[in-house]
Amino acid sequence: MLNLKSFALASVLAIGATATAMAAELTVYTAVEAEDLKRYADAFNADHPDITINWVRDSTGVITAKLLAEKDNPQADVIWGLAATSLLLMKSEDMLEPYAPAGVEKLDPKFVDNSTPPTWTGMDAWVAAVCYNTVEGEKNGVPAPTSWKDLTKPVYKGHVIMPNPNSSGTGFLDVSSWLQMFGEEGGWEYMDALHENISRYTHSGSAPCKLAASGETTVGVSFAFRGAKSKAAGAPIEIIVPTEGVGWDMEATAIVAGTDDLEAAKTLVDWTVTKKANELYNSGYAVVAYPGVAKPVKFFPEGLVDAMIDNDFEFAANNRSAILAEWAKRYDGKSDPK
Amino acid sequence: MSTIDDIPRPFVKPRLGKDDWIQRGFMAVIALYLIVALALPLYAMLSKAFSTYTFDLSQYEVQVSDEDGHFTKPVENIANLNARFDPPVIGAGSTNSNGRQKLTGLFPDFSFRSPVMYRFRGTSPEAVYLVGSERHTGPEWLELDSNTFRRVVIRPVKHVGLANFTTYFSTPALTQSVRNSLWIATISTIITVTLAFWFAYALARSCMRFKGVFRMVAMLPILVPSLLPGIALVYLFGNQGMLKSFLMGETIYGPIGIVLGSVFFTFPHAMIIISTALAISDARLYEAAVSLKASRWKTFWTVTIPGARYGLFSAAFVVFNLVITDFGLPKVIGGKFNVLAVDIYKQVIGQQNFEMGAVVSVVLLVPAMLAFAIDRQMQKKQVALLSARSVVFEPKPNRKMDRIFFAYTVLVSIFIAGIIGVCQFAALIKFWPYDLSLSLHNYNFDLMDGGGWGSYKNSIVLAVLTAVIGTVVVFLGAYMVEKTKGFEKGRALFQMLAMLPMAIPGMVLGLAYIFFFNNPANPLNFIYGTMIILVVSTVTHFYTVSHLTAVTALKQMDTEFESVSASLKQPFHKLFRQVTVPVSMPAILNISIYLFVNAMTTVSAVVFLYSTDTALASIAVLNMDDAGDIAPAAAMGMMIFYTNAGARILHALASRGILKRSEAWRKGD
Repeated sequence: MLNLKSFALASVLAIGATATAMAAELTVYTAVEAEDLKRYADAFNADHPDITINWVRDSTGVITAKLLAEKDNPQADVIWGLAATSLLLMKSEDMLEPYAPAGVEKLDPKFVDNSTPPTWTGMDAWVAAVCYNTVEGEKNGVPAPTSWKDLTKPVYKGHVIMPNPNSSGTGFLDVSSWLQMFGEEGGWEYMDALHENISRYTHSGSAPCKLAASGETTVGVSFAFRGAKSKAAGAPIEIIVPTEGVGWDMEATAIVAGTDDLEAAKTLVDWTVTKKANELYNSGYAVVAYPGVAKPVKFFPEGLVDAMIDNDFEFAANNRSAILAEWAKRYDGKSDPK
Repeated sequence: MSTIDDIPRPFVKPRLGKDDWIQRGFMAVIALYLIVALALPLYAMLSKAFSTYTFDLSQYEVQVSDEDGHFTKPVENIANLNARFDPPVIGAGSTNSNGRQKLTGLFPDFSFRSPVMYRFRGTSPEAVYLVGSERHTGPEWLELDSNTFRRVVIRPVKHVGLANFTTYFSTPALTQSVRNSLWIATISTIITVTLAFWFAYALARSCMRFKGVFRMVAMLPILVPSLLPGIALVYLFGNQGMLKSFLMGETIYGPIGIVLGSVFFTFPHAMIIISTALAISDARLYEAAVSLKASRWKTFWTVTIPGARYGLFSAAFVVFNLVITDFGLPKVIGGKFNVLAVDIYKQVIGQQNFEMGAVVSVVLLVPAMLAFAIDRQMQKKQVALLSARSVVFEPKPNRKMDRIFFAYTVLVSIFIAGIIGVCQFAALIKFWPYDLSLSLHNYNFDLMDGGGWGSYKNSIVLAVLTAVIGTVVVFLGAYMVEKTKGFEKGRALFQMLAMLPMAIPGMVLGLAYIFFFNNPANPLNFIYGTMIILVVSTVTHFYTVSHLTAVTALKQMDTEFESVSASLKQPFHKLFRQVTVPVSMPAILNISIYLFVNAMTTVSAVVFLYSTDTALASIAVLNMDDAGDIAPAAAMGMMIFYTNAGARILHALASRGILKRSEAWRKGD
């Protein structure tokens, strides 16, 4: 009896000891596609089996809102895979722990926060592009556009769909890129003209390209990777890179200030900037932070990387609220009941 | 030996026995549930609607240097600096919690290339400002060159006030939604009530055949989420639609689509109410009309319509309420046409402007509450029309009229069954319109955004939990209100709480839950993001109709049961278990199927509350459609339809079995 008791006690102690050794559990907030999460976690655990990742995943808007709502009582330890513009909002609320991950100097500086030490590091970029349905284009007599300005020509009236920047991150990066490329005034003038041709604004950023793929619209303003996916699925579309340049945003990683386990968080973030991690990102994204890693993605448009504008994320983050309000005032609900 | 106190007498306040205390305890627990799940969240939302954010310029000071970098000029308060301009550079208007204000506009000579330096500080520890994305607070002076000073933005402070409402009503894009919502709801109400009236009339007053089939078809829309007709309409009238030419160049994305879809999903609700109204009409009035030689037309306007008027009004307000609070349909097919319910979603999810989302919710509450209040009044009057001497009206065959009615009901049934048929068709087509081969490819939900097959399983779990827990809570609550003695005030308060959910639109409830449960200071914070909060919100959202069903069933039971059991000194739970529950079984089953079906189809409340692990099938339909995966969205919608249809069949079988038994019990077998 006594033996049994001490045996039980010993095993409890042993389990306790093991539990301390692998105590690290991290709550990680992300907007990465659900299907990619398991691969990311598996690859990380192959190198660090002692740290368990508990994912909390939702769309960019929802995760951003959740993080801001939890500002005074953060639940997350690490953010892995959220738009850099959103992370800048967190940074301005002092919600991020400044940390330079080991090996950060190997990344393209465009992908690293400019503070020292940086508060976030980029993973990959998603880039705007235009999806054009060749079958519908021929049927409706709508030529393939080559530039953003082309889309304001009368021939495109009613044939263009773009995402609503108020709900879609892709829509916002389009609008912020136009304001940066054409200037504040020129940007709004451009959107005024474009609005005349837009048949409707969608809530999601991938919808315009999928709608172009199914012929619901001829031209869909969306992002390049979505277009490549639809084209691979057999849709009669061309993915066009407008000549003026294209807007982009990046997915990025940061440690949440006040995390219970800073060491484990640092281990994870160190891993997210490695070459291995960037190779993972490459399966979903054509442009990644680690130079030389990216392999071409099938059907991805040529010249896209060169067309990426020199994006001013600070401008995008600090003016986000004002831009969205102005956009809503001008274009949201302009249509009257008939 | 019995004392005088043991004899139940109506006008003497009885002493409270153990049973009474237990009963009051139960009632208190369920009332507490309604307070926590309804009243407190709504309060949290209202207080959010009145939180406003403005820039307090007087909290900041600046000192400008000369060209050589010497700070010889006086320190200026930003508010004073702003006041020197006419009109002020920085308006006094309100902003939101994410607001940022640049300051360079206050310096007409400002150039980012200028060698002029700036010193900047807040005068209080609460004053927050950013340099780029770096956050600074407090009264430390910060010295910045011109190029850095242009990156300085100040952050707003929070107050309580009406400013959000002022902003709302001075934003044309937002107020346009009020007009749009009212317009859409009015048109849909007129069309639905007219169509449903003639449908119900054909069922009640003609001798046409296949009435059972028509009644069943008319009920189908209840089994699908309200956004499913939107998907069908895209396939029918979208740019690649099968019947696109019918619209003569008009677009389906907008008011036309919303009205068509609304008519579809509100039709059964209007039809049931009007059918009930027509069923209680008194045949003696028609006999009188015949003997007075009144024409059919005259009889219709002087007998039928007045008899059904409360039913018609009630149906109109129910439909109006359903349309104005619906979120799924306008989101799918609304195009550029904005309505209130979608605005709440856009403000919260798109702009993260929670205060404005709360304001739109309050605006949406007004018509919803009004429509609800009027409907309640109408239904009370409707019941009063029934008298014990009424004779049931029996229609007589009339070949010509029966044929016309038959043709009409067939047309409406084709519209309803057609919408659902199109969705099933859409789900099976490989890649519309370029590859029309049939495939099950669209059922690979795991390849799409939205939660995959897991979301379907979650929906089943939610529906079962809602049906079981909801039925227990609702029935117990109704029993305590209906069958307990005394405690008038508490019961009246409980009754009021139980009626409230019906007046609260789902979007508003969902948003209120975010404010209440996502607050770290709330001890119930842990249920946020779990299945529990989905069950709680769904039970609460559909509480009222279930409660009324239970109360009606309990009212039909004689109060003698309670008196007799009390005089036999039987504890109330024995009576409850052995008599009340078995006799009320049909109503209990009705409540559980009602909760099950609604939990499967609801979108509006849960759209703010689901998490990655608790994604739901109805939300998956929404999100897949949102991402442009329309065919898989239709496929998931049809999964919901088949599940609900299966549940309904099970329910019908169970009810029949139980009715047989209770019938036998009534015969005294």
